[in-house]
Amino acid sequence: MFRRTSAWERSYITVVSKHSKVEDFGTVDRVGIEERVAKFTTRSIKKQSKLWGLNTAVSMVDLTTLEGKDTPGKVASLCQKARQPSDDSSIPPVAAICIYPSLIKEARKLLADSPIKIASVATAFPSGQSSLKVRLQEVKYAVNAGADEIDMVINRGLFLAGEYDAVQDEIAAVVEATGDATLKVILEVSELETYDNIRAASFMAMQVLRPGDFIKTSTGKASGSATLANTQVMLEAIRDFYLDTGIPIGMKPAGGIRTAKQALHYLVAVKETLGDAWLNSSRYRFGASSLLNDLLRQIHKEKSGAYQAPYYFSEAAGSY
Amino acid sequence: MAVTLDPSDKDSGSKDEKKKHGHKLSVPELIFGDLWEYDPAPETADPRIRSRYDLFIGGRFVAPQAGEYFASINPATEETVTEIAVASAADVDSAYVAAQMAYETVWRTMPGRERGKYVYRIARLLQDRAREFAVAESIDGGKPIKESRDFDVPMAAAHFFYHAGWADKLAYVAPGRTVQPIGVVGQVIPWNFPLLMLAWKIAPAIAAGNCVVIKPAETTSATAMKFAELLQEAGLPDGVVNIVTGGGETGAALTGHPAARKIAFTGSTDVGKLIMRQLAERGTRMTMELGGKAANVVFEDSPIDQAVEGVVHGIFFNQGHVCCAGSRLLVQESIAESFINKLQQRMETLRVGNPLDKNTDIGAINSREQLDRICELVESGVAEGAKLYQPSCALPSRGFFYRPTLFTEVTQSHRIAREEIFGPVLSILTFRTMDEAIEKANNTMYGLSAGVWTDKGSRILRMAAELKAGVVWANTFNKFDPASPFGGYKESGFGREGGRQGLLDYVDLS
Repeated sequence: MFRRTSAWERSYITVVSKHSKVEDFGTVDRVGIEERVAKFTTRSIKKQSKLWGLNTAVSMVDLTTLEGKDTPGKVASLCQKARQPSDDSSIPPVAAICIYPSLIKEARKLLADSPIKIASVATAFPSGQSSLKVRLQEVKYAVNAGADEIDMVINRGLFLAGEYDAVQDEIAAVVEATGDATLKVILEVSELETYDNIRAASFMAMQVLRPGDFIKTSTGKASGSATLANTQVMLEAIRDFYLDTGIPIGMKPAGGIRTAKQALHYLVAVKETLGDAWLNSSRYRFGASSLLNDLLRQIHKEKSGAYQAPYYFSEAAGSY
Repeated sequence: MAVTLDPSDKDSGSKDEKKKHGHKLSVPELIFGDLWEYDPAPETADPRIRSRYDLFIGGRFVAPQAGEYFASINPATEETVTEIAVASAADVDSAYVAAQMAYETVWRTMPGRERGKYVYRIARLLQDRAREFAVAESIDGGKPIKESRDFDVPMAAAHFFYHAGWADKLAYVAPGRTVQPIGVVGQVIPWNFPLLMLAWKIAPAIAAGNCVVIKPAETTSATAMKFAELLQEAGLPDGVVNIVTGGGETGAALTGHPAARKIAFTGSTDVGKLIMRQLAERGTRMTMELGGKAANVVFEDSPIDQAVEGVVHGIFFNQGHVCCAGSRLLVQESIAESFINKLQQRMETLRVGNPLDKNTDIGAINSREQLDRICELVESGVAEGAKLYQPSCALPSRGFFYRPTLFTEVTQSHRIAREEIFGPVLSILTFRTMDEAIEKANNTMYGLSAGVWTDKGSRILRMAAELKAGVVWANTFNKFDPASPFGGYKESGFGREGGRQGLLDYVDLS
């Protein structure tokens, strides 16, 4: 097994080959990492620091709707919510909306003059179970329709079969197909099952990504999604990769982050693992839908001292 | 009580400079700056500490016969917290009389299930008042509130719960043998975990049917005296537990008292030796839990980030005032440089400051005396040629604080590799092979604890067998449980605390 031995060899990092093993990228102790992230949740974020955290979290949201029943009308509502999340004009717009490819054109019209990015899932989301050719075609379709960002899924079947070089080649092919669009690589962590696998898959993706591309935990369509622990494994992989290569990769936890309190815990992990340079929407995103309204509710509470009823906040992506 | 952070004291110059000169273009580095500062989050619960505490003898608070008191200070602010009585030899004697009386008339003959009820009640009351005790512990001793809240107080309660369960099951501690309490035991505890060490000592002793005379450490008596109030609330029969406070002379009177059938001591090896000499001519039983210089051994195949976390926790937990602290890091040469880099990065995010702030990771050094000792040993490290590293964190302008510290290029013969520093100072050595790791880890007069970090199970098993330490942690560090015995080899002492083994040290078998 290869290991770095000195700073002079730092530029050299494990490269995926036919003979790669998951452990080549370093191992993760389950008990240890779960204890570590539990400590993030004991940080006490109050007053101005809380307000800063909540506003920053809003600006990092990829406001998402990924349902079979999505319509142009719903996407229009989502776009409006993304531009102006609440009546309070001091609250920033979200980072992006995240939708299916068929709805991009609709969104493009509505967000033409806006800094809000349009992210589209592609590559036979969420399972990825189609031929590479078809998946690449879908990516090109989405990019041509006006997507700024592509959220792809990796081939978990190949990964679990140990075909790591094939997994990486596929990601590299998607990178090429995205052109100028930003790519987010969904590892679907719950299907990779172990933290060792999540770390290894993170490296396999990062090695073929460009600066500013992202790795992402989940589709939100599998049984498990983002947790502080699996996100931490990926943050630490991003940190190690950055220090080795100087290439900054972004992080997007997705699925299961519903409350403002959770979002603050995630940001604490970013602050204490990757530092200040990752505390912005070009390097960190939340894939979420219901999170946004809880953030707004908590911001309102911080400012006014009182909680508003949920129906004071417009629903754009939630329950219809 | 709030600590004021003096911005002029903020030693952030070097960090700012780094940012300005933009090294990161050539060498990537992480910026742990002030983009998102946490606002102060002080714990505000009332610790309910009285302005003066008498001695607790025979179930009542009684003034010391000589009328002497001393001030106990908050190490984070250097302000007086409370006044503590100085027990003279005569006071200690009356405490033993009260304990002997309680033993003869009440406690020895009480059925175990009845004794157990009292111990359970103590545990529950401690849980009920956990927040208050945690704040008091942090104010009096300087440890961060997150540790007193999440570790010290819950663990103290856990020890009472665990031993309460033994009270009516003593017949099963040593099957086939008759189990009897020893009698009156004298106990002396240190200042690093005042309430927890008190629980470690008192819980097994009284659950087994013994009565206790205990002396908390001079600088940290407040929570022990609050505990005395809690015993009154629990209705524990008078004299079962007696708490006498004071310094070395009080301690000598306590350990030298002829009524003590056993002395249990936790503290420094030097004082432990004094006590052993004092008791050498008597048949008094002893358990000694003394110093340590634990090795944390990190192999190249370890889960690196968790090992970094374990090493940080192992040495900076409770400002390094831990007898089983992992104060020597033995890291395999192949990963030494990157591991040390990671350690230093991790240390950049440690927050040193007001112990009552919920976001503080490292609180105040317990006393001026201890701070001086740490400074002296660190200076010796520098003088002997080891390389010092400290992060650029801000320190409060008042109170006893010390930056978390690493030493690299340390050899086995450096003082900082041999002597117990009892502060946030880590000495780093390297090794190449497992045999070398074992030899270096065992090359110390202590043998309290050790840590092994590796992904390979067989290596863990061999290391655990070869390391001469009372506790060997694998891929973790500083883990405690009332059911798990704790104690040392060599000059780290003898006897065990916790679990069935610990209980056996508080009973007579026949």
